[in-house]
Amino acid sequence: MSEQTAAAEAAKKPKRPIAKSLQMCNDTLAKLYADTNAAKARGEKIGWSTSIFPQEIAESMGLCVVYPENHSAGISARKQSEEFLQHAEGPLEYNNDICAYAKVNLGYMDILEVPGNNMPLPDFVLVANNICNQVTKWFGNIAKVNNVPMFMLDTVFNYDTEVTESRVKFMRAQLDALIKNLSAYTGKKFDEDKFKEVMDISIRNCELWIEANERLAHTPSPLSGFDLFNYMACMVCFRGKKETTAILEQLILEIDEHIKNGTSTYSGEQNYRIYWDGIACWPHLSHNLRTMRKYGMNVVATAYVRAWALDYKSGDLDGMAEAYSTTAGNNMPLETQVQRRSDALIKFKCDGMLYHMNRSCKVMDCMQYEVQRRVEEKTGVPFTSFDGDQSDYRNYSEAQFETRLEAFAEMMKVRKEGMRNG
Amino acid sequence: MADLNTRLKEAQDVAANPKKMMAQYLKAGKKVVGCMAMYTPEPIVHASGMIPMGLWGGQVEQKVVKTYMPAFACPIMQSCLELGLRGSYEGLSAAVIPTLCDVFRCVTQDWNVAIDIPVIPLTYPQHRQLEESIAFLVSELETVKGKLEKICGHAITDDAINASIDLYNQHAAAMRTFAKVANDHLDVITPEVRHAVFKSALFMERGEHLALMNDIIEGLKALPVYKHTGKKVVLTGITAEPDDFLAALSGNGVAVVADDLGQEMRQYRTEMPAGANPLERIARQWQNRTGDPLAHSPTNERGEMLVEMVKENGADGVIVCLMKFCDPEEYDFPLIHGSLKEAGVPTLSLDIDQQPNKYEQAKNRVQAFVEML
Repeated sequence: MSEQTAAAEAAKKPKRPIAKSLQMCNDTLAKLYADTNAAKARGEKIGWSTSIFPQEIAESMGLCVVYPENHSAGISARKQSEEFLQHAEGPLEYNNDICAYAKVNLGYMDILEVPGNNMPLPDFVLVANNICNQVTKWFGNIAKVNNVPMFMLDTVFNYDTEVTESRVKFMRAQLDALIKNLSAYTGKKFDEDKFKEVMDISIRNCELWIEANERLAHTPSPLSGFDLFNYMACMVCFRGKKETTAILEQLILEIDEHIKNGTSTYSGEQNYRIYWDGIACWPHLSHNLRTMRKYGMNVVATAYVRAWALDYKSGDLDGMAEAYSTTAGNNMPLETQVQRRSDALIKFKCDGMLYHMNRSCKVMDCMQYEVQRRVEEKTGVPFTSFDGDQSDYRNYSEAQFETRLEAFAEMMKVRKEGMRNG
Repeated sequence: MADLNTRLKEAQDVAANPKKMMAQYLKAGKKVVGCMAMYTPEPIVHASGMIPMGLWGGQVEQKVVKTYMPAFACPIMQSCLELGLRGSYEGLSAAVIPTLCDVFRCVTQDWNVAIDIPVIPLTYPQHRQLEESIAFLVSELETVKGKLEKICGHAITDDAINASIDLYNQHAAAMRTFAKVANDHLDVITPEVRHAVFKSALFMERGEHLALMNDIIEGLKALPVYKHTGKKVVLTGITAEPDDFLAALSGNGVAVVADDLGQEMRQYRTEMPAGANPLERIARQWQNRTGDPLAHSPTNERGEMLVEMVKENGADGVIVCLMKFCDPEEYDFPLIHGSLKEAGVPTLSLDIDQQPNKYEQAKNRVQAFVEML
């Protein structure tokens, strides 16, 4: 289907009313950007942070922090990335090869204007390299160009399945230093009680996030799996805020209502339950969705479920350090990555696994082929993959996605029939 | 003392035939341990009596590796894995692989399942300013030591490691001296020869290479000073090879007077400091590295460092040898280019690959660069 025909089709359909929980989420995000801009205007120091950084610290100090990954994803999903990609690769001389979230962000940092949410320049950056090493370079450049400090939690890659004691000690020391240095730099007081309160809220929010995601194990799934992508700001941008508790509780109510009524936000038959592996292909979400829908494929599981499974007890900084080291699959060895995916395939009763070979994310890509083979061997669940990008719309081919999904549907059909026939 | 030309020829031969070197050591009854680019704690391997052997890939068509990595992984990691999968590294008792970037993280895992040579991974801390990073790295090094002890079959003593560290420091000093002395003899030390001298160190027992370097340095000092009339450059990047690439320089009368290459001077510009605990000495070397794209520094002083190198060595410009798909290098480029531009230093960026390649385009670009200089 051409882009124009699809757009015309979409225009004919009445728009689904926006769910209350999603409206709450969008409002909270808009408020976060507005508050950050206001804080900057007041002369307060504001920060830019990576997505799985211990936000509990800055949140408890009352600092305003925004998240370039979320910002770049939004720009890309709204198809506004062209200007920033061109600016980063042109005048700023960044290589086409680097992460496209970074390209969009570094381009934005120089232009500072986009329709939608805008971020002011940072006075400090917060970096945890659990998601990749590339963020160390990306945020290092932000810090260097703006001449601002970088506060880092180095989560040191776990090449074995266990987090060693030496790692926990090192990360704990970094957390202690981070608290001290961030407080000294921003002039914001660190309060133990407030910190514990934010930890409590964060733990609760992570539990709710998992709970909402796990509701999709229900058959048929009460949600179109891509819907949950719209709530990611809850985890990325305001994981430590009470507003998130309210949003996720509301979302769970809405999901339960669907389960009770046997309805779903996914329109049409759900023939195949899919695990989406990797970051969303933000610039082409609608094409992904349309193509999947053609075959009745619904995404019921993603790695995002596990990405913020921050399992620590309130007040336990050692546990918190360990949690930030293990929660992102990218910081874990092959064995763990295979196990987590295999467990999810079973839990969510998936018929297939769709791997996003994301041109932006080498840490996900360079182990992916072996992960694919092992997960299939372990579970028998068929898979396919497609070439895409989390933010650079140029690294995607509609034709390839369509062809791959056609064959994928056939594979799943054959397997399902085989299973039915014993 | 063997004559200079013989010794230089020897270095070139070693650089071109690492496999022959491995075979020689194995034949002599030595165990050989692969040490993958860029940094591994070689003195521990050396102290065990085993031979550390650099793994830096090579000009090889990437075929089998495609079942493990997409085409946009950096060529050096791809070719190391390709060679490993093809069996070229058979004979190694283990491979030490650091997790210095995202692709490195994956290589430790892919190698482990795909190649029948045990992996000894280690993670270097990136938050290096914190003193606790030393304790962490020492613990990583202890793990590496333990795994090496199992392979060599005996304990590796502190005294032995300290002695190896001293030897490595002495060798690093010799390499720095060579880099200086070479600049007075750019007729003999062409870009290709300079590269071969540096590269040969990766495949020879350190004491043997130190002896080679002492002969080369003495031999050069005995020659009259040569006045180079062509242009002089500083190279920066991970590697500047193969010779076809370097021929683009020498063919245009360009000499290399200093480098900030991972395979060359970055190996030698930071010594392991004095101390009683040998593993801490190795850890402190990591902490003290500056201007290095793989070792995070809050100030990223690489651009300023290159400007200094240009001044110190009377260079006319900088050639950035950009390893394709190497994101740590790619992120640094705008920063270093900015610093160089500000200082009025002409800069040329050329792509480095490890697939059999023709460097005609590089030749033309270097020619245009020289004319511009």
